[in-house]
Amino acid sequence: MNIVVLVKQVPDSGAERALSADYSVDRASSSNVINEMDEYAIEEALKIKEAHGGEVTVLTVGPSGATESIRKALSMGPDKAVHVQDDALHGSCAIATSKVLAAALRTLNADLIISGAESTDGRVQVVPHMLAELLGVAALTGARKLTVDGSQLTVERQTDEGYEVVTAATPAIVSVWDTINEPRYPSFKGIMAAKKKPVQSLSLGDLGVSADEVGFAGATSQVLEFSKRPARTGGAKVLDEGDGGTQLVAYLATEKFV
Amino acid sequence: MAEVLVVVEAGVKKVTLEMLTIARGLGSVSAVVFGEADTAKLAEYGAEKIYTASGEDVAGYLVAPKATVLAELVKQVQPAAVLLGSTQEGKEIAARLAIKLDNGLLTDAVSVEADGTATQVVFAGSTIVKSKVTKGLPIVTIRPNSVTPEAAPASPTTEALTVSASDADKLTKVVERVAEQKGSRPELTEASIVVSGGRGVGNADNFKLVEELADLLGGAVGASRAAVDSGYYPHQFQVGQTGKTVSPQLYVALGISGAIQHRAGMQTSKTIVAVNKDPEAPIFELADFGVVGDLFKVVPQAADEVRKRK
Repeated sequence: MNIVVLVKQVPDSGAERALSADYSVDRASSSNVINEMDEYAIEEALKIKEAHGGEVTVLTVGPSGATESIRKALSMGPDKAVHVQDDALHGSCAIATSKVLAAALRTLNADLIISGAESTDGRVQVVPHMLAELLGVAALTGARKLTVDGSQLTVERQTDEGYEVVTAATPAIVSVWDTINEPRYPSFKGIMAAKKKPVQSLSLGDLGVSADEVGFAGATSQVLEFSKRPARTGGAKVLDEGDGGTQLVAYLATEKFV
Repeated sequence: MAEVLVVVEAGVKKVTLEMLTIARGLGSVSAVVFGEADTAKLAEYGAEKIYTASGEDVAGYLVAPKATVLAELVKQVQPAAVLLGSTQEGKEIAARLAIKLDNGLLTDAVSVEADGTATQVVFAGSTIVKSKVTKGLPIVTIRPNSVTPEAAPASPTTEALTVSASDADKLTKVVERVAEQKGSRPELTEASIVVSGGRGVGNADNFKLVEELADLLGGAVGASRAAVDSGYYPHQFQVGQTGKTVSPQLYVALGISGAIQHRAGMQTSKTIVAVNKDPEAPIFELADFGVVGDLFKVVPQAADEVRKRK
């Protein structure tokens, strides 16, 4: 099975994050990492390859610095990567990014596309269904379990109420939550091998996407302004000396919660 | 006055009433109901018109047919805006709608002004952004607990929509829907009160303490990632960066240290209280009231005290 995993580089969600002066995500002053959910997507792809054979390709759209995350992804075990990079992409909205991903995916002929359910920076959750719409393939999103039987895919889709069992045939895109598996750590051998794996760099021109469809020029929405939310400050803190629970409820009562 | 389409997922969630409330500031409110919904409730909160779309083509396939129905309706009525819930399905319908209409979209808004400007809270609740769709009409998903729903009774007309799902809309079948939970507790993202447990709860069985306090307060139960990863509580109740974002009136953190991963999902809560045995736990930096102590002593006592006051 020919599997493509979508990998996004994001600012580390464990540290302070900010917007830059042009209202794009500030990637310069943050430490950038693989979007955590994408590691689960990579793991799932590798498991399917191990069980059914095939090839796993990492696909990233992002600035030149994203190479670091691509190598990290490859160190887990995928065979190769495609990196779409172009200065014109800076400031792209989710729709423009999806169009670029779709153009790249058309060149890769994937049977199965796997992505994280959301990225930790935007948390927008829209890209898998946008790609399904653009490519005319099935979307099975929010998976906590994926079963592959020939060309038939079955997913347990996490919902607020429980889960849904959804099925489709390949070609398809599956997005996964972090409940689906436990991603492997790259081995030393994997890290060394990743340095030699092919990473193909593609520009917008290579994909036949015009620069005015992407970036700030092609954005379908615009940030008007932003501000830092005032930081919370801690209030009263009492040491439990036998009446901590009572004091807690007394506080809740003054705030009219009981 | 142009219509504003409010997309109603099965049932009427709290976020539906919030969207109806927001929509009234943008135009004449039209609810678009997929499946069954409490139309009296929609009327009570100001729906002037109710469009319905149901049947196997809507219920039997994942998301795509709903987006097709909605896209047709948008072309027909040229609404001033389309509002959807910031739920997994709401965002997914919005995603497909935006592509079909070659239109911008904004997700996770907490308000929408008359000119379409939306306010979003991003980066773990640390940054407030005002944005606007610049291509097409505003398609905006609204985060639960953004506004207080206000009733404004109306007498809606009802119109059944024709569902014409294409083959491409029917690629993903929904073969089973399984409910796993939770009895009478409110839905986590919509609850006014959330009581969450963390690693300090110690094991799955002890989560009964968290559930007991939640039930006494009429709240939902949440869990930190540490608690979920340790198998104490199911993943759909995880609050944090890789779980749900909640913004209740009251958030009760029990045995949760308050790592940035957790704070990302709860720090826009109105009031936060915490119980933790470590006085240096970062959760106390955001708690309006904190108890440094053993949660196995503090929580049962608090539960008794709530019972006494009832």
